[in-house]
Amino acid sequence: MPDLLLELFSEEIPARMQAKAAEDLRRLLTDALVEAGLTYASAGAYATPRRLTLAIEGLTAESPTVTEERRGPRTDAPEQALEGFLRATGLTKDQLEARDDKKGQVWFASITKPGRPAADIIAEAVPRLIRDFPWPKSMRWGTGSLRWVRPLHSILCILTTEAGAEVVPFEVDGIVAGDTTEGHRFMAPGRFAVSSFEDYEKKLKAAKVVLSSEARADAIWHDATTLAFAAGLEVVEDKALLAEVAGLVEWPVVLMGEIGEDFLHLPAEVLQTSMREHQKFFSVKNSATGRIERFVTVANRETADHGVTILAGNQKVLSARLSDARFFWENDLRVAKAGMGAWLDALKSVTFERRLGTLAERVERIARLSREIAPLVGADGEAAETAARIAKADLSSEMVFEFPELQGVMGRYYAEAAGHPLEIAAVAEEHYRPLGPSDAVPTAPLSVAVALAEKIDTLTGFWAIDEKPTGSKDPFALRRAALGIIRILLENGLTLRLDRFIDSALLLHKIALSRPKVGDDVIDTLEEIVEEIADRGVFGAAFRAVIDRLEKRGDTPDLSDGSVLRTVGDLVPDLSTDLLAFFHDRLKVYLRGEGIGHDVIDAALSKPPVDDLALVAARARALSEFLKTPDGENLVQGYRRAANILSQAEEKDGVEYRFGADPKFAESDEERALFAALDTATTGIGPALDQGDFAGAMARMAALRAPIDAFFEAVQVNAENQVVRRNRLNLLHQIVETCGRVADLGRLEG
Amino acid sequence: MTDTAATDTPRSFQEIILRLQSYWASKGCAIMQPYDMEVGAGTFHPATTLRSLGSRPWAAAYVQPSRRPTDGRYGENPNRLQHYYQYQVLIKPSPPDLQNLYLGSLQAIGIDLAMHDIRFVEDDWESPTLGAWGLGWEVWCDGMEVSQFTYFQQVGGHDCHPVSGELTYGLERLAMYVLGIDHVMDMPFNDPSAPIPLSYGDVFRQTEEEYSRHNFDAAETEMLLRHFEDAEAECQRLLAEPHDDPRTGKRIVLAHPAYDQCIKASHLFNLLDARGVISVTERQAYIGRVRALAKLCADAFVATEAGGWVPEATPA
Repeated sequence: MPDLLLELFSEEIPARMQAKAAEDLRRLLTDALVEAGLTYASAGAYATPRRLTLAIEGLTAESPTVTEERRGPRTDAPEQALEGFLRATGLTKDQLEARDDKKGQVWFASITKPGRPAADIIAEAVPRLIRDFPWPKSMRWGTGSLRWVRPLHSILCILTTEAGAEVVPFEVDGIVAGDTTEGHRFMAPGRFAVSSFEDYEKKLKAAKVVLSSEARADAIWHDATTLAFAAGLEVVEDKALLAEVAGLVEWPVVLMGEIGEDFLHLPAEVLQTSMREHQKFFSVKNSATGRIERFVTVANRETADHGVTILAGNQKVLSARLSDARFFWENDLRVAKAGMGAWLDALKSVTFERRLGTLAERVERIARLSREIAPLVGADGEAAETAARIAKADLSSEMVFEFPELQGVMGRYYAEAAGHPLEIAAVAEEHYRPLGPSDAVPTAPLSVAVALAEKIDTLTGFWAIDEKPTGSKDPFALRRAALGIIRILLENGLTLRLDRFIDSALLLHKIALSRPKVGDDVIDTLEEIVEEIADRGVFGAAFRAVIDRLEKRGDTPDLSDGSVLRTVGDLVPDLSTDLLAFFHDRLKVYLRGEGIGHDVIDAALSKPPVDDLALVAARARALSEFLKTPDGENLVQGYRRAANILSQAEEKDGVEYRFGADPKFAESDEERALFAALDTATTGIGPALDQGDFAGAMARMAALRAPIDAFFEAVQVNAENQVVRRNRLNLLHQIVETCGRVADLGRLEG
Repeated sequence: MTDTAATDTPRSFQEIILRLQSYWASKGCAIMQPYDMEVGAGTFHPATTLRSLGSRPWAAAYVQPSRRPTDGRYGENPNRLQHYYQYQVLIKPSPPDLQNLYLGSLQAIGIDLAMHDIRFVEDDWESPTLGAWGLGWEVWCDGMEVSQFTYFQQVGGHDCHPVSGELTYGLERLAMYVLGIDHVMDMPFNDPSAPIPLSYGDVFRQTEEEYSRHNFDAAETEMLLRHFEDAEAECQRLLAEPHDDPRTGKRIVLAHPAYDQCIKASHLFNLLDARGVISVTERQAYIGRVRALAKLCADAFVATEAGGWVPEATPA
């Protein structure tokens, strides 16, 4: 069985594209070969900056012969039908066979497609693959029309058997496949021929090319950690950087250099970011002090002076870069120590979003909201407001302008420099969190308050201007913001009702959006409603209260159709409901990740209050756990039995049985026992729910199953006596209601 | 590419320029002179922008003084200047050995390829004002970016056929590296042993100060805005002229004169930007206006003979 070796040799392939390209090459070519009838034992793909390589072992030498039988027209069909069939099959009449069929005698053709040599199949598949290769970005060069990621220079394509290697003959846009390749651009120039994958890999290594990117990454990491260890230091791990650097070299040579004395006082994050972003250096830190003291760079060659010149050059470039960073840091510290006022002013001229105003306005809203949220999460309102006001000041700093990814990190340093207490300064960094599904959530109460306010302001803002995520489009990362809120609440166990904050934040946006269009009186009224929401908890009640108050004062506001007050009054509750539903969707996704069924979550979401997401989650988790126990089965069965009979009766009678049942109409012991059990259960459930002990509450509900079963065994619900019947149905209603106090069990499936 | 012995190290800024000139001359490029207008980069020279269009082969190299008003630092920053030099090479169609030709130019200016680490790091080039983009790399020498290497894919909204290969060297930075200089103003401009040795600072420190003040504070913005409008209108007007010249009766398309106005508009925009009078939203709109001019000029150029236009065969 032959082995196939294919190498596509080009000018430097962007590091970030190499891994996927190698995998695409493997998948697309093996698919094409299998499609053509070949099989293979294994396939490995490799990438270096200048080549994509695929090695397929144990390929079948040719595709199998395939015989296909085709049914033609009946033997007594008109002549034209037979002629058509002969044309389609390419056969003559004497090659057909007449056979008896259900419908009479029919012509059958047997078409044999002979197998094809693997080389022919490859020679067809590879050019097609090259022309259709899924590069994220491709280009033309010279006078050609071929597209590749960068100019493609040569193609090596050989089939190796025991008899030796043979070139698979094909040509793509003037490039003829051969059996030669090149080694390292500088260390081993010139072409050489290879006869198999082993030969190829060995000769490449001799020509200073390590074929496997994993091997290059391993070598880099090994050498870097060894160098650092010898100096009593430690390399800061950075997997993304390691993968990128491994894609920039064919022959990695690791060098460690010093960071100039003048720069060691810069914050570790600044050194790290500047070195990584600009120079693709690893940071090397002193684990005792946590300071970044050196760097590791990876060259693509050995030199006679063992890298001294290369290292000196890199050090020089780094100094120029860090001089810039130090310049920013020193300028920024001056502004910070002066209280950051200049930065806060500058936020007035930075647009957050065209319709949602400037960053300064956003900060103002977040500060207001933070102050309201603070007491509910155990933080001081005034401190939260202060923290929110300075949390985004660093966006105007020179350092963040240069390195946007340092936003927040710099804010914390600068807020400390401005003399703010550590916990307030920390908010600058932590209020952006969590940055993604795997990032930690803030836990300090001040940071929690501002982080929640920041995200609520974002979500309500985009809801207010109708920019909700659709399908795969979420340009403002609103799903991430909602998930952030959910995780902050759940992971900190914060029971907090969101409605009130959603309402006031929405209203603050509506005020800002309406300001250019309406008079001060309307704005004042809207502002009054914001204040009122804090007292009343929801928009509707607050709106009504303020309007009533105005009317009493004889200040009848304009509530006509199309008036701003009327529009806002109608719109805010709708948007608020819609946004809460968005939170519920995200919560479902999140809880499903914990293995909680959607029906369980729906059941938990059917019990108000549903704007307390931690409470909803706690109910859903408790129910989900409880359902896995024998008591869970009891709870559901007991509930269902009662609910089924009740709903059948209600449907038949056309009434709802909602009156309290009375034990005095009970006729049997079983019935009386059920009353007693219900009584016991109810007495226990109330306090359990108050303490958030949902499992305890449900255990008490589950205890009802035996008396329910006994009741149904002994008693006919549909008694002759209508009083007794009604009483029994009302009893069932009480059971259903009691069992539904944690979640609507009717939502559970199967 | 072979590791050949290094050429001796150059001694001055101008020697590096001269060596690049003779290297690219030896490789067959027409050595052109800088374009006589204010431009932001060597790409704006019509020898690149316009000549990268159409089917006719082209090979040119030149120094282009370039102006980036916002980069002015009154001559104090070690490597930032509002006026600096780019060395530009454009070859159409891009030859298959362009990378090696480029590496040869590094050797020519004294970079010993056996001792340094040269890398081609992905960097796609885009000029929103020229409506142009290409794929290529920034070339690193020991971690420092020494050149841009681009295969033009589109210019002025036109697909490039054939594709041009473009090389751009930031001359000051490259020279500082080769000469081992830390502050640009300290770099020898001519030979340090010349009777009158001149540093880069002797030549340019004062002008950096003057232009920094001019660009940031003194330039009259009302006038600049007016000139921008004028240049835009003039560019459009020139291109609206009929292709046939009434005086000579010849076909004369005003592509280059119109393109001069496009260059002017672009530089005026840069000045306005440095003066801080263009808001973020307006910025996009201005860039769009310059791009619209660049596209019109590209359309006009491809309707000229240099741009590949062929007169219809006249009946015998």
